[in-house]
Amino acid sequence: MIKARVTVTLKNGVLDPQGKAIEGALGTLGFGGVGHVRQGKVFDIELDGSDKAKAEADLKAMCEKLLANTVIENYQIHVV
Amino acid sequence: MKSAVVLLPGLNRDRDMIAALTKISGKAPATVWQTDTEIPDVDLIVIPGGFSYGDYLRCGAIAARTPVMRAVAEKAAQGVMVMGVCNGFQILLETGLLPGALMRNASLKFVCREVKLEVANANTAFTRAYEPGQIIRCPVAHHDGNYFADPETLARIEGNGQVVFRYAEDTNPNGSINDIAGVMNEAGNVLGLMPHPENLIEAAHGGSDGRALFEGVLGIAA
Repeated sequence: MIKARVTVTLKNGVLDPQGKAIEGALGTLGFGGVGHVRQGKVFDIELDGSDKAKAEADLKAMCEKLLANTVIENYQIHVV
Repeated sequence: MKSAVVLLPGLNRDRDMIAALTKISGKAPATVWQTDTEIPDVDLIVIPGGFSYGDYLRCGAIAARTPVMRAVAEKAAQGVMVMGVCNGFQILLETGLLPGALMRNASLKFVCREVKLEVANANTAFTRAYEPGQIIRCPVAHHDGNYFADPETLARIEGNGQVVFRYAEDTNPNGSINDIAGVMNEAGNVLGLMPHPENLIEAAHGGSDGRALFEGVLGIAA
């Protein structure tokens, strides 16, 4: 079995109101020196088989078709 | 004019939409379910608002991958009119039938209130019963209505007149770019909008500014 982690983040230039709110809350909690905060999503995915190249290709297709909205989001695939 | 309404688990504005279509066209719309792979022969397909699939992953993301939405996309390609309201708009964007994306409201708050809309393009099959630039009242109720498109896409849709409705008179409730409230595809047969015109169609609603949208698209404009 192959384990993979897919990280989906907002593209640069896309406003992230939730990240902004978290940034503000961290400041309120007294954490100084916090720069920009951007919120994203993490998917841990298990795949049958042991072919890593195939897994990466499949994961890329999954990102393009469902996991990320490529209008506003980037994705990174990390096969463990 | 015959119409159909798409039903999906989690949508909750379907009854209002069916009532509006029935009252204005005089005929009850057909209904199609998530697993349907064929849509009856109709002139207009409407995707109502709500929270399809609990807004899981992204608003409209799961709905956009259902069999019924593949059928809607096929109909749209054939030129059938398609209109998505609120979650229906989000679903059309996720399906790729419309350009851009809808993000969390800039205020991070769910907004449920009345706004003013400018009819930015009255020369469409949807808005032909309005005057160009007409300002209408319309309710909104959403958490993710903050329209976004990259600069190239934005320039293209603005240039093509694909921006059909804009929030007017400083009533933008969500921070959407260029005050965009509704956009259509390049071919002009698919429209998505965040506000709820189906909730302002008769005196009992306190106004009927939304009625002309249905009259226009249903071909019964006065």
